[in-house]
Amino acid sequence: MTVKPNLRFKALAMVVVAMFAASACGSSTTTASPSTTSAATPAPTSATSAAPTPAATHKPVTISVGALRPGATQEAVDALNLQISEFNAKYPWITIESQEYNWTGPTFSAELAGGTLPTVFNIPFTDGKGLIAQHQIVNIDSRVRALPYVDKLNKNVLINGQDKDGKIWALPYSAYGMSLTYNRTLFKAAGLDPDQPPTTWDEVKADAKIIATKTGVAGYSMMATGNCGGWQLTTITNALGGRMEAVGADGKVSATVNNAQTKAALAYLHGLRWDDNSMGATFDYNWGTINAAFAAGQIGMFTGGSDLYTAMVQSNELVPADYGVTIVPLANDPNAGVLGGGNLAAVNVLTTEDQRDAAVDWIDYYYMQPLLTQDGAVANAQALKANNQPVGVPALPVFDKATYDQQQLWIKDYTNVPTAQMTPFTSKIFTEPVLTEPLYNTQDLYKTLDPVVQAVLTNKNADINALLDAANVAVQKIIDTPAS
Amino acid sequence: MSSRAEPAVAASGVRKRRGPLTWVSRDGLSTLVFLLPLLLIFGMFSWFPILRSFVMAVQHTNLVSTPTFVGLNNFATVLADPLFGTAVANTAYFALLALIFGYPIPLVLAVIMSETRRFKGLYSALAYLPVVVPPVVGVLLWKVFYRGGPNGAFNSILGTIGLGPIQWLGDAAMAMPSVVVEATWAAFGGTVIIYLAALLSVPPELYDAAEVDGASIWQKVRHVTLPHLRGILFITLILQLIATAQVFTEPFLLTEGGPANSTTTVLLLIYQYAFGSSLGGHFGEAAALSLMLAAFLGVFTAVYFWLTRSWSTES
Repeated sequence: MTVKPNLRFKALAMVVVAMFAASACGSSTTTASPSTTSAATPAPTSATSAAPTPAATHKPVTISVGALRPGATQEAVDALNLQISEFNAKYPWITIESQEYNWTGPTFSAELAGGTLPTVFNIPFTDGKGLIAQHQIVNIDSRVRALPYVDKLNKNVLINGQDKDGKIWALPYSAYGMSLTYNRTLFKAAGLDPDQPPTTWDEVKADAKIIATKTGVAGYSMMATGNCGGWQLTTITNALGGRMEAVGADGKVSATVNNAQTKAALAYLHGLRWDDNSMGATFDYNWGTINAAFAAGQIGMFTGGSDLYTAMVQSNELVPADYGVTIVPLANDPNAGVLGGGNLAAVNVLTTEDQRDAAVDWIDYYYMQPLLTQDGAVANAQALKANNQPVGVPALPVFDKATYDQQQLWIKDYTNVPTAQMTPFTSKIFTEPVLTEPLYNTQDLYKTLDPVVQAVLTNKNADINALLDAANVAVQKIIDTPAS
Repeated sequence: MSSRAEPAVAASGVRKRRGPLTWVSRDGLSTLVFLLPLLLIFGMFSWFPILRSFVMAVQHTNLVSTPTFVGLNNFATVLADPLFGTAVANTAYFALLALIFGYPIPLVLAVIMSETRRFKGLYSALAYLPVVVPPVVGVLLWKVFYRGGPNGAFNSILGTIGLGPIQWLGDAAMAMPSVVVEATWAAFGGTVIIYLAALLSVPPELYDAAEVDGASIWQKVRHVTLPHLRGILFITLILQLIATAQVFTEPFLLTEGGPANSTTTVLLLIYQYAFGSSLGGHFGEAAALSLMLAAFLGVFTAVYFWLTRSWSTES
């Protein structure tokens, strides 16, 4: 019997459709519920690293790592590939897949809810407590306790990745202090000495006005969106001696965003914007866009993390000669301090036990070994330098100052960042008080303050007191709302 | 007679189709298989999320931890949020401005284009061009035009006649009109094409008769064109109102709801509930507000059609 052409077509189409349906329905997902217990990694055999057991005893496992930002240069990709190949020499049973990842508030929550985060990803200190409370990252306590150096971690840093019982859910690997980033080329163009950056807020204001007048670009800029407005407002508030939250003797947390120093900070910004016209014409910067604008020579000064150099080189083609960084000016107030921050390495809950083991191996190799061992530090620095990636960017100690100094010595020969231009920051940061970020509902607090910063920068008649009072009520309500 | 024999054949056919094999041989299975992708895709991406939003609206959920039932608390939380009133007012303001800017312009352009004798196709293509531009590309393009400094595209033009610079997006009073102008630019082409098609249905002899009677262009539009477009005008009006109530892309990309929440619309607030916090956890409120918006638009549309049921009837 012959099949009619149209029937043949229909039969073929049905097969194709059936295959499509089967493939759509049959794609497997490997998921596991959040676990609070796990098999320990192999016992450590050296003082600084847990030695892997022979490859034959391990099943092949694949994990994804969020170690590259979207838009990373080919050199950054090559540097990571080199590090992955070195990792594989030690852990041949683990396949590493690179996944582009950059933490931002909205994208992170979408990826978290959608289950598309990489196996290993980083989060800011501000999100550690919240994610741990909601069990949205893996409890890696038993795994990292097997590593020999965990007890040496700076307690004030480690606390960001611990639950209330001291269990470790995320490992801190970098810490920074807020800085005043400035463009040395613009300083020179405005007739200012780039080796003598401002040391008080009054000097910042004066220099900003000079830069704006003489160069036509913004003398001073401020992030105001993506929770960054609140973040930077907190930076200035802390530098003036204020705090955004207070904890009473009874343990009750109170929002204090309408404190005198925050009002002074906003009045200061209002003066820069409306009296001096020193802030240019863009008032909706977030972390990424302000970095891009700075690297493009559009900004004289702004406050940001002391580690921004890496991101600007990797994503914004920063001209190194432009970059200058100094400490955030501190007011003559006993409570004034530099707002600190940092990053935690965490593991996705949608993973198998084997993947979690492999994830901690990667965290140990990629994030921790470069801080602790000469081999790790040198190998990391070599890989970065070979691909023109920054080595020697200013940071704060994750362990203790002695370990930090030792690590800096190990990588001294590979340092390729303009360290002299960073001296105004590095010469002072270790003697200044570094403050932790507000501990409760941090990102929500920052988010609530974004519109306040925007209002001051875009409305000459903004009522600072009323704005802050309303924001304080809103933040208190968030604090009082129990977490899910 | 063949006419009498047919019912018997048909009845016999009905009996045969009842068997599964007959059903398969009569293309029943292939029909189902061809329908399957449609059912799967719509089910997965439309119907299931709609059903899921009803469930999430009464839950406290972050999509990771086990959800908890909270009754109508999410609705109460949304209604008590100070930003809710701001978002509703902003959305209404956007709709009003879009009506003022966006509703008459396509109609006027369509009428003018229909009156032109040459290059009609070119004008249609030019009018439709903004619709072809991907929305995100269009918005980012306008963001460059709207730059607030003296070097911004629009400010440079204004500067040549001694005006500006204007903070198009950096001033709470200017931000929403700027957003509406971009949105109008992006969408008017589609409406122009609809009006142009509708204008073709107007019998030319009516214009001829009006001309013989000495009617001016405005009188022809007023007494011939508009009455014939009435049905289409009502439909485009309700479609525009529904679209403006759901505006998201433009304020999200141009202003992120700022400055100081002056362009935060209802849909942007829904997005902020769901994704504004890196810790998530407000999906219940987002679903509750989505349902409230859907209910409002449903009721609004029903009332609109009820009120205009006599007007929209073709005369």
